[in-house]
Amino acid sequence: MPRPLAPIPNTQRVLLGVSFFVLFVACWALATLGGFVSKIFLADPITMVQNGWELLTKFGFARDIGMTVWRVVGGFTLAALVAVPLGILMGAYKPVEAFFEPFVSFARYLPASAFIPLLILWAGLGETQKLLVIFIGSVFQIVLMVAVAVGATRRDLVEAAYTLGAGDQGVVRRVLIPANAPEIAEILRLVLGWAWTYVIVAELIGSSEGIGHMIIESQSLMATGQIIFGIIVIGLIGLISDFLFKALNRGLFPWRLA
Amino acid sequence: MKSGSLSIEAVSRVFPGVHGGAPTRALEPTTLSVAPNDFITILGPSGCGKSTLLRIVAGLDSPTSGRVLLDGRAVTRPGADRGMVFQSYTLFPWLNVFENIAFGLNERGVPEAERNAIVESYVDKVGLRGFERHWPKQLSGGMQQRTAIARALANDPEILLLDEPFGALDNQTRSLMQELLLGIWERERKTVLFVTHDIEEAIFMASRVLVMSARPGRIKADIAVDLPYPRHYTVKTTPEFSALKARLTEEIRAEAVLAATEH
Repeated sequence: MPRPLAPIPNTQRVLLGVSFFVLFVACWALATLGGFVSKIFLADPITMVQNGWELLTKFGFARDIGMTVWRVVGGFTLAALVAVPLGILMGAYKPVEAFFEPFVSFARYLPASAFIPLLILWAGLGETQKLLVIFIGSVFQIVLMVAVAVGATRRDLVEAAYTLGAGDQGVVRRVLIPANAPEIAEILRLVLGWAWTYVIVAELIGSSEGIGHMIIESQSLMATGQIIFGIIVIGLIGLISDFLFKALNRGLFPWRLA
Repeated sequence: MKSGSLSIEAVSRVFPGVHGGAPTRALEPTTLSVAPNDFITILGPSGCGKSTLLRIVAGLDSPTSGRVLLDGRAVTRPGADRGMVFQSYTLFPWLNVFENIAFGLNERGVPEAERNAIVESYVDKVGLRGFERHWPKQLSGGMQQRTAIARALANDPEILLLDEPFGALDNQTRSLMQELLLGIWERERKTVLFVTHDIEEAIFMASRVLVMSARPGRIKADIAVDLPYPRHYTVKTTPEFSALKARLTEEIRAEAVLAATEH
């Protein structure tokens, strides 16, 4: 047995990570191809890949993927543009925090998916409604998490900046923001993952395009292979965006890794 | 005109009680005047209010009564005229050594060419040539504190405040840091207030040692150190040094005993 917290070599880590994927697919294949689970309820991996290929080549699934990615990125970017500055202000200035924090804490628990019927009434079935679902689902989370991060900035760094002649605005711009930039990037990465669940829910209801739309269509056709393919595509896109975010953070904040 | 004469007038600090408890008298009304270019060390056991006094001079804390004057102007908030070096490592982790030293100069809008020249000169003075592009994380504790001293001095403050800056360093590094700081002071002459609980450190650098008593904090002894400058580390083995050390050990010991029995 390894010792607690003892590091492992890189190759071993990759190998272990891949082997769970293999184990997972193997169990799935055993359950379906071995005849333990009815094909109607769960497609086997081979059917899933075939269905996926058909989706991509015959039914223009790539366009659905593109739509979904666009919605997530659009809604999430809007949320970040509002939430990050507000969160920084709340973390830095206690009156601003006292003003917004109780409401944001309340709004954070409002389920974004429950807004869908209302948003359809207000914004119709178009893109605005989809973007709003993601916006509502993400914005309060980001605000609160950024405010907490900024509020927890090391006091001694702030004091050092003051004794070096920094003014109040200088402390915000040149200490609070750079000190918390990596943390904020990490928060965005986390919330982006949640935004993916909101977009699918938004697309399940009243949509004519997107991965969620394909999934709900496939349900009426009992095409479980397609549903699973759709879910796996979402997982893969999530994995890729996570990877990109981490690579970007490494590039932007080399001082963290030094 | 810059001079760096400091006058502390009946400054006291009482911290309000927590959860309805009795308020803490951290600092009794203290009066002190510091001549320009003096190197003063404030010596005392932990919890004697010496850091509180320093923070009040820095403007990071407000006195309950009294006032602090620097060159006749009342101190109300922190400013570039009072540079500070903290015990904890307070380099900005997202800036490299060069950028850390340049922080105050950037904040004051010093032109780039002048700024770079100042930073370069301090990189040399604290012996960090070749490490300008290193992140603070990549530096040893001693190097971080050298950078912190350079960062404070680059601002050309009228007074330099140091709050146990070498407290977390090992003995050998600590001695070297004392010599480095003393060397810089002997060349540049600046008013220095240096808080420490190390007797040898207090004597080695200071022109004047203030001994503080345990809670409530007050200055109980004000001892001039007449050893000539420039001082070499060998001064620590002279009879004069030993005599001072013996005297301060007695002064401090009584306070430490008091502080220990209080709890």
